[in-house]
Amino acid sequence: MSLLELDGVKVHFPIKKGLLFDRTVGHVYAVDGISLKVEAGQTYGLVGESGCGKTTLGRSVLRLVDITEGSVVLDGTDLAKLPGEEMRRFRRRLQMVFQDPLGSLNPRQNIESILSEGMVAHGIGKDQEERREKIKSILDKVGLPSNALSRYPHEFSGGQRQRIGIARALVLEPDVIICDEPVSALDVSVQAQVINLLEELQEELGLTYLVIAHDLAVVRHISDTIGVMYLGSLVEEAPSDALYAEPKHPYTKALMSAVPVPDPEVEDQRERILLIGDLPSPANPPSGCRFHTRCPWAQAERCSTERPQLRDVGGGHRVACHFADEIAAGTLARTTGEVVPATREGVEDAPVSEELAAATVPEQAGPPEQESTKAETAEKTDAAEPAEKAEAAVEAAGQAEQAEKAASAGKPGEAAEAPEPEGAEAPEPEDEEAGQAEEAEKAEKAEKADEAGKADKAV
Amino acid sequence: MSLLTVDELTVTFGGRGRKESRAVDGVSFEVDQGQVVGLVGESGCGKSVTSLALMGLLPSKGLTIGGRADFDGTNLFTMSASARRDLRGSEMAMIFQDPLSSLNPVVPVGVQVTEILERHRGMKGEAARKEAADLLDRVGIPDPTRRLKEYPHQLSGGMRQRALIAMAVACAPRMLIADEPTTALDVTIQAQILELLKELVDQEGTALLMITHDLGVVAGLCDQVNVLYAGKVVESAGRRELFGHPTHPYAHGLLGSIPRLDAPRGEPLNPIRGSINDRIAWADGCAFAPRCDRYEMGCLTGTPQLTEPRAAGHQVRCVNPVLDDAKAEEVPA
Repeated sequence: MSLLELDGVKVHFPIKKGLLFDRTVGHVYAVDGISLKVEAGQTYGLVGESGCGKTTLGRSVLRLVDITEGSVVLDGTDLAKLPGEEMRRFRRRLQMVFQDPLGSLNPRQNIESILSEGMVAHGIGKDQEERREKIKSILDKVGLPSNALSRYPHEFSGGQRQRIGIARALVLEPDVIICDEPVSALDVSVQAQVINLLEELQEELGLTYLVIAHDLAVVRHISDTIGVMYLGSLVEEAPSDALYAEPKHPYTKALMSAVPVPDPEVEDQRERILLIGDLPSPANPPSGCRFHTRCPWAQAERCSTERPQLRDVGGGHRVACHFADEIAAGTLARTTGEVVPATREGVEDAPVSEELAAATVPEQAGPPEQESTKAETAEKTDAAEPAEKAEAAVEAAGQAEQAEKAASAGKPGEAAEAPEPEGAEAPEPEDEEAGQAEEAEKAEKAEKADEAGKADKAV
Repeated sequence: MSLLTVDELTVTFGGRGRKESRAVDGVSFEVDQGQVVGLVGESGCGKSVTSLALMGLLPSKGLTIGGRADFDGTNLFTMSASARRDLRGSEMAMIFQDPLSSLNPVVPVGVQVTEILERHRGMKGEAARKEAADLLDRVGIPDPTRRLKEYPHQLSGGMRQRALIAMAVACAPRMLIADEPTTALDVTIQAQILELLKELVDQEGTALLMITHDLGVVAGLCDQVNVLYAGKVVESAGRRELFGHPTHPYAHGLLGSIPRLDAPRGEPLNPIRGSINDRIAWADGCAFAPRCDRYEMGCLTGTPQLTEPRAAGHQVRCVNPVLDDAKAEEVPA
């Protein structure tokens, strides 16, 4: 049995009107029937855009918001029906790491006080001395110095604050940690530190995570299973690799295509599916399939009348789309939306230096269809470039390598004599003057390279 | 000659008894017609201050701006205030990060768009309103005449950003500065906005200075990329060159620390240790040295200069650059 099971969870917020008598005039369907299972020791990633209800779902698991309908079962206990005091005691096993590390730490409490508050509430540790020992060991685990105890939240950087947030969850030795956008407030270089920390802690302590984030790349990196949410319901759920290899729901496809990859080689071969319009209001969700108003493959009748349920399509891959099979098979034509190349058309492609010219297509294990498109694009680029130019570039690359070797071996003479990699640097035909300029540049470069070589040796 | 040439731009806050803090420390780059140049860096690296200095939107007191910024041959920093006002919004325009706080919440969107047309293009009344509707239509806002009467809070995040872009392109500027235009938006909306910017550059030949922290956005959009760290350009290269051969340890580390959608799973990320330092210490050496894996003694003697260790046009500010990946593993500090 799974450690945490959600079954048909609904969270509806009433919209009230009127001065004297609160009339309920409607509901915001923030979470509208979600069932999922989180296995012990694994990470479940919930991904979706702002307003899709992912945060509300996370909070409902902790009963920080009331569950309208459905059950949340942790280790055999239904949390949705627990009375207040029992729920409070149960929360020791279910902790949360919040998005905004500064906003979720009391600025007037020092770190020891912040971390021991939960322990006192749950009766962990005999006295403060014992608790302090425990806190010190946890601080060490999350990579904070033990002198942090007497300091205040403002004295720490963003990444360190998030570590404090993680430590606060850890001191209670919970079974499940719910991470609500754990890294979105951090800079990229710090983001990676926190992601690695979460993974290390999971390995060491056997934690179970429910990670909620809008960044698909982050979620894919840390999750074993991913659920994609749209307007209060799950539209697709699959093991992380399967979801990336073959997204079946049109929304997942669009979402994945919209995430830019920091690599021009990949971007040049990718296409983006542009969705039309914005997310509809969860107070007035569209009939039938919630996504049909923006879906590029929406069909006239069925999509707007019948709400698709999650169905298993094999290998633990569940999808809520009537036409997922047809779209995957390519028999259904797109009705709306646009598919555009990920790279700007007129982007100026400066000549690439050295090895890159020789090995243009990086070897990356991708799904089969992607490989075929890669091959196609590779052909296109080949055709676009004159063959001789490519050859020259390859040749130049070889020569440049030779020059570099010579230079690092500390033989400036040879390096200077090595032919200039023209193809790689200056594709336009050069006149004599340009040639001379290049000569000078070459000599200068050789000198620099020599210096670099010496520096290397010195090290 | 390039449309915008920024040469050794420095912005220093403080003075008058307060400790000086240099936000931008000698940044140089060029942007040409129809070209997209990226300024990339983490929070606090000076990228937004650069854009505000170029637009003349920094306060006039409490800071000093040094260096030159030539727009079409004239130095922006020596221009008279009124000439600058004429230029701003017509020839040079800016798209801001947060569309909600950049629009006036108590004025309908239409009035805010027509204001620019009245100021710079001398349009009035019905003609201005019609042009404003056309502009909103052009940036892909459905039902523009109705939207003109609405207030910013009635528009969705994506639509507000579109309205802001409409205001920026109202006078067909030759130069656009986009300061994190998609950071506040969801990815599917980000894709729409990026597409709009691409069209502007490719069809109108607008020069675009793209300021962002997202290297993914840069990969598909920019011709030339400048990576900033603590107020200085640490690496500058064409996009293929930068992503193919990140040579500065910071750029190298940044690319290694981003989880990629297409990377094989299960490999830990290679984060840069520590976090960005408030104390900007370029004067005594490399400001990145405390976080750098390739740190050596030479890093602390004087400010490192921009060199071209790899290829022409690929500039790096580092004494011990990553020249190829094999070497990076061979020489741990």
